[in-house]
Amino acid sequence: MSASTLEDRRGAELEAGLDALELGPVEATQPAWRRTLSSVLPPALALLGILALWQVVEVTRDPDNLPGPGEVWAAMTYEWGQGRTQEAILTSLERGVLGFLVSLVIATPIGLVLARVQVLRRAFRPLISGLQSLPSVAWVPAAILWFGLNDATLYFVILMGAIPSIVNGTISGLDQVPPLFQRVGHVLGARGLTLARLVLLPAALPGYLGGLKQGWAFSWRSLMAAELIATSGDLGLGLGQQLDQARTLGDLPGVLAGILAILAVGIAVELLVFAPLEKRVLRRRGLTVSR
Amino acid sequence: MTVLDTVLRRSPSLDDVLDADTPAVSVRGLTKRFGSGPIVLDEVSLEVRQGEFVCLLGASGCGKSTLLNVVAGLDAPTAGEVAVPGHRPSLMFQEPALFPWLTAAQNVEMALRLRGVRKAERKEEAQRLLALVRLEGSGGKRPHELSGGMRQRVALARALAQDSKVLLMDEPFAALDAITRDVLHDELTRISREVGATVVFVTHNVREAVRLGDRVVLLSSRPGRVVREFAVDIPQPRRIESPEVAALSVEITDHLRAEIRKHAVPTR
Repeated sequence: MSASTLEDRRGAELEAGLDALELGPVEATQPAWRRTLSSVLPPALALLGILALWQVVEVTRDPDNLPGPGEVWAAMTYEWGQGRTQEAILTSLERGVLGFLVSLVIATPIGLVLARVQVLRRAFRPLISGLQSLPSVAWVPAAILWFGLNDATLYFVILMGAIPSIVNGTISGLDQVPPLFQRVGHVLGARGLTLARLVLLPAALPGYLGGLKQGWAFSWRSLMAAELIATSGDLGLGLGQQLDQARTLGDLPGVLAGILAILAVGIAVELLVFAPLEKRVLRRRGLTVSR
Repeated sequence: MTVLDTVLRRSPSLDDVLDADTPAVSVRGLTKRFGSGPIVLDEVSLEVRQGEFVCLLGASGCGKSTLLNVVAGLDAPTAGEVAVPGHRPSLMFQEPALFPWLTAAQNVEMALRLRGVRKAERKEEAQRLLALVRLEGSGGKRPHELSGGMRQRVALARALAQDSKVLLMDEPFAALDAITRDVLHDELTRISREVGATVVFVTHNVREAVRLGDRVVLLSSRPGRVVREFAVDIPQPRRIESPEVAALSVEITDHLRAEIRKHAVPTR
């Protein structure tokens, strides 16, 4: 009896030693401020470089139709001081986010069905992929004729832009699930909806998130295109409409300020929403090196 | 639906009436071909006693994995019968195939959940199983934070969580380094005896088969047939480098090579 206990303890020690060797020493992590610095510094320097180049061109060549950074900054701060930029951002964001969420609710089940039913996939996948490459601004004239100059037109254009992306993202997310996972699910006794809920969908999450990210990008650019074309007093003033107003006034600094505002919103959503979400999902699965 | 499912559905509580003489796995005249392709398994018959550890040995193309898949109910037999009375067998693959979005403990709990274990009991039971494979401290780790050997042990704990007395293993240690594999051989011998499991273990490594099995079944290739069986009368725990294991390995290897030679294409 005592011999077998000794044997057992030696076995446990052997195993523990092997585990420790295989896992290696714990790596020292960089302090938080250094990590932040190393991720913030390069893009900040790049931005500074571009601004400097812009300023140099403005001063040395003095082109008639290129306002300098200072002028654009003045236009931006003026608009901001009037509260118009904030209002336009809120109006556009509300449309963009709402349109994106509706797209998500419509596109996800479509993607699930197309991924699992081969006949439907063969029938509709080329159309979906085609729609994805069709610039959704092409829908604006039709939408205006169907719905008139109101919010419905804007939402329709967003949906036509975002839905194909999210559908395709869902399909390719599910396609990338290793077949072995499905077999493991079967062996463990998961079938049908249980298999989908517990195994297939969680496994497809990284690809699905990629689809959502692209879907948002399409929502946002579709909305901006639609807002630029569909301008009327009935429509609340979004970033696109504000940009078009600046154009009609021949206010070039205002136009550039508008473009920068649209860009800023796009970057902010990516950095504050999608990047952390994606990082979290990928890191939990060990799919990124911590950086 | 496979034959296995039918057997299981017809006799859900066979466990209670299963007497000691009923084979844990019974394969009779199993033939398998995929579509109109070549015959993979040809009239394979095999009976595994309860608590027995059987190693299926063969070169590439002997249909070892196909045989396990049919027994596991993942594939349907073309002809013949497969019965695993009272149990849905658990199956381990060469890759651990742990779900990367779950921790080690959650992977084990998933098997418990699908078996119908109540939520309150899952955590404790998962801890017990992880302790059995000597991973009590690693339940909170995610698969990518574990070494290959540790992952395969979590997969073993997950397989045991199905509470099936029949464990099918498809070359589970083939991708591990030699030292880790050696340690896992000891572990598997210890654990399978501790839980009284019936094991069908597929491998192409003769010494591994002799190290682990109570019986080694040699299969021919293309199509797979049972060629010969070897009883391994060496007391456990064995060492893979012991002279007894080596002697029997030499004998079995000679038979295996004879089988392989039959496939040589005559050269001019």
